[in-house]
Amino acid sequence: MAKPEYLLFDRNTKAIFWNLNPNAIQRMLDYDYLVGRSPSIVAIVAPTQNRKFEKFFYGTGEILIPIYRSSQEAAEAHPEADVLVNFASFRTAYKVTMEALDIPTIRTVAITAEGIPERFALEMREKAKSLGKWIIGPATVGGIAAGAFRIGNAGGTLQNIVKAKLHRPGSVGLVTRSGGLFNELANVIARNANGIVEGIAIGGDRFPGSDFLDHLLRFQENPQIKFMIMLGEVGGELEYKVADAIASGKITKPVIAWCIGTIAKHFGGEVQFGHAGAKAGAERETADAKNQALREAGALVPKSFNDLPELIRGVYEELKAKGEITEIEEPEVPPIPEDYNKLRAQGKVRRPSHFVCTISDDRGEEATYCGIPISEVVEKGYSIADVIGLLWFRRKFPKWASDFIDMVIKIVADHGPAVSGAHNARVTARAGKDLMSALATAILTIGPRFGGAIDGAAKYFKMAKDKGMDPYEFVDYMKNVEKKNIPGIGHRIKSVKNPDKRVELLKNYAKKHFPSTEYLDYALEVEKVTTAKKENLILNVDGTIGVLLVDMFKALGYSDKEIEELIEAGAFNAFFVLGRSIGFIGHILDEKRLGMPLYRHPWDDILYIVERPEGE
Amino acid sequence: MAQRAIREFDAKRILAKNWKDYFGGEFEYDFKSILITPETDLDKIPEEHPWVKETPLVAKPDMLFGKRGKLGLVLYKINTPGDVTWEDVKKWIKEKMGEEIEIKGVKGKLTHFIVEPFIPHEQKEEYYVAMTLSEQGDKIFMSAFGGIEVEENWDKVKEVTIPILASEEEAFKLIEENIPEEIEDKKNYTEFVKRLYKYFKDLHFAYLEINPLVLKDNKVFPLDMVARLDDTAQFVAGRKWGDVTFPAGFGRELTPEEKYIKELDEKSGASLKLTVLNPEGRVWLLIAGGGASVVYSDTVADLGFVKELANYGEYSGNPSRTETREYVKTLFDLMTRQKHKSGKPKILIIGGAIANFTDVAKTFDGIIDAMKEYADKLKEVGVKIYVRRGGPNYEIGLARIKKAAEELGLPIEVYGPETHMTAIVKKALVDDEKAESSS
Repeated sequence: MAKPEYLLFDRNTKAIFWNLNPNAIQRMLDYDYLVGRSPSIVAIVAPTQNRKFEKFFYGTGEILIPIYRSSQEAAEAHPEADVLVNFASFRTAYKVTMEALDIPTIRTVAITAEGIPERFALEMREKAKSLGKWIIGPATVGGIAAGAFRIGNAGGTLQNIVKAKLHRPGSVGLVTRSGGLFNELANVIARNANGIVEGIAIGGDRFPGSDFLDHLLRFQENPQIKFMIMLGEVGGELEYKVADAIASGKITKPVIAWCIGTIAKHFGGEVQFGHAGAKAGAERETADAKNQALREAGALVPKSFNDLPELIRGVYEELKAKGEITEIEEPEVPPIPEDYNKLRAQGKVRRPSHFVCTISDDRGEEATYCGIPISEVVEKGYSIADVIGLLWFRRKFPKWASDFIDMVIKIVADHGPAVSGAHNARVTARAGKDLMSALATAILTIGPRFGGAIDGAAKYFKMAKDKGMDPYEFVDYMKNVEKKNIPGIGHRIKSVKNPDKRVELLKNYAKKHFPSTEYLDYALEVEKVTTAKKENLILNVDGTIGVLLVDMFKALGYSDKEIEELIEAGAFNAFFVLGRSIGFIGHILDEKRLGMPLYRHPWDDILYIVERPEGE
Repeated sequence: MAQRAIREFDAKRILAKNWKDYFGGEFEYDFKSILITPETDLDKIPEEHPWVKETPLVAKPDMLFGKRGKLGLVLYKINTPGDVTWEDVKKWIKEKMGEEIEIKGVKGKLTHFIVEPFIPHEQKEEYYVAMTLSEQGDKIFMSAFGGIEVEENWDKVKEVTIPILASEEEAFKLIEENIPEEIEDKKNYTEFVKRLYKYFKDLHFAYLEINPLVLKDNKVFPLDMVARLDDTAQFVAGRKWGDVTFPAGFGRELTPEEKYIKELDEKSGASLKLTVLNPEGRVWLLIAGGGASVVYSDTVADLGFVKELANYGEYSGNPSRTETREYVKTLFDLMTRQKHKSGKPKILIIGGAIANFTDVAKTFDGIIDAMKEYADKLKEVGVKIYVRRGGPNYEIGLARIKKAAEELGLPIEVYGPETHMTAIVKKALVDDEKAESSS
């Protein structure tokens, strides 16, 4: 059903919303739900979005609104939409509007952006006028057709909308410049009359796309509107057009009018009060002159803003007495589901959480590591090892422990290209895979046979010492019960006579700086037994790190149980994973730098024993 | 802000910067203008601009006010026109720099001057051209009688309006059809105006006047220029403008506090405005919203307190807590510099309409932050706070500000949307004053 010319919006109005502004869109849909109409937004235009839909609430349920890359596309898919709510920024709003005006199915464009160049504003307006279309704005919150359609954020919260009776038509047509005062006046009208039928804030710019008179003339045609209120402003001459229309009889319904900015006369026009358009260039443009002209033309002009409510009440009572305005039966308002976030902020709801985090927090002004802002971590010169302490173990390590961890990371960082992890990293990089894939391949190689000895050494040496096994007993136990080599014992070439320098460094450091090295000492006793069997069965670097980590955590006050849990959780192995990743990345970057081709293993390095299955 | 005046120097600099693109090939302009500010080292000028020693000069203030000739503020002769040397200019500027003068009732100090070569020419070579962006379209004013004659010959000025959506051909045709009869060099004048119009449009001028415009064949001498740019077009034409400044009107230089808020405003997506009207005033406004702030100011004046109104300002567009805090701190800083001369406490009105989407709780948190920082100073000068606000989360905001002020020992009254917006002004300035004096 076509709506009459004088209506821009009714309960069936459908709109395209330009810009994925979830808050404003949700507010419009909440309004739709509140007034019991179908969702007013049928499409969203967002040129840089890859998503095809966005979810929104309609009541407690959720609906999908399609997203398009351009207004044209959206309009083609939704020819029923005749409004474009243009929430583009001041940089883009002009282009969006000019394009929208070219779309035959779009009749009204509402523009919120503030700071659109005046030439562009004029061009938009002229183009709209030449096509018989409407622009509301720029620099406006928009407006509301009560009980039918809300533009963007107009009317504020739902609570306010109901309080200001913006959810069902009353008897007043309202037009203002300012968005804040639009809301304020709607409230005043609800309290002193029966609310508005339609209200438009034309925006604070010098050249609004549609002005007071344009809308008042529509209101004049609209039989639901019984009287009108205009809130003008110092600056410009738009209000004179209204005065002329009243004087000439084009407008016959009562008009209550007031121009704000009477203060300006005290400052000789030197001070910019309010909006961009609010500066009187000449006597004619002052609020006083305009109020006077409106009064003379026959508008009802109060003495001051303070007296507006009384005047509104007077007109309302009079029209009611004449029978032109009748009582309105208040519609039932469905309960609007409250937003979870809002209620939570007010402390009115609670919900069990799904995750717990005890190491870092990104909610405040700055993210913290275990409560310490990152800037402080940097300013106080925390080392990488200190950061590991905060994020892995939730404590600030003493210097001796931090330095030890630093040493561990350095020692395990790389072991040449031949070990299986680095080899896999290189093979994968040469297959043309990205750094992440190659690194993942390498890390996935770490396990019981490659790099896992730190964990294992820590576990078995600790177990043995805690159980009070003597070294011989432990060696036998590993051989006979566990049936495996002792993790952390043995080296390919190093031996008692040819000690591993890294192990020497670690041992010396621990002896000098650790409060106690009881597990190291135990492991060295075991080494004596194993090297007696074979020269190269020394406590190797993994083993040394493993037992020293046990010593370290012991000295840091961890209980035996806590240490075992750490080992179980992989925390010891983590030092190897972290350190060796440095080396892995090195190997990957090396391959990228060298640009070597795909690796193919030579045939002569593979023993082929391939036979047909028996009988086949 | 939109339309803002620029200095004559900048008007000419921008013209020269874009000359090739708009006038190149057809016209020549030998841009030689120097802007002198209080920081300029006059002794270095001849090094940078050797021509000042080689040509007679003209000097005048460049501070957005006109009629400088009538005010005796144009140095173009010592004995005869065109005999001003660099030494004369130096002496004159040193004399004038910092001198206080009054323009249309506003007092201010001379601080900026423009120095240029003296261009000998005949009266008949002085043309007039001006363009302005208006409701109806671009208005172009053209006249053969430029210079100081233009006003007395205003009836000879041809005015033509170019419709906003006119094509270039249509615009040029309208210009051609309206060239005044009296123009001697019609060919060059017409061509120049056409090109100037394109330049005017592309660079988003709101107003551009060259008077007098001297044309000597294809040599152009814009002897004086007045221009206003639409500063919102920065993102469109900023590169063509280059580094342009928008000075405040003469005698209306921004105070450091106003400047700080202006910078804050420029960086923010929200709107933050501050104008200090009377730093010794008693009534201070902290108002949300461009419209509401005007209404509050009106009401203060209506009640007869305009002389006590300390500031005009507003914050709107959902500023962040930090932005609000900085804005309010600036206001509190100004407010707490001295006690009011009457000895009475100052009145702080924290007002606003019912917000559409500005989060009242969040912005009030910013106000509370500033309140805490300035609590001692506020108590020292004495202050009474009146609050009225509505909008998203207003209940939380109102409750928090009340609690905070009470804890800090600052007297406060708090009202919500059920109270008429400006009722607190009357309450603060009239009712409570009466109650006070009768008690």
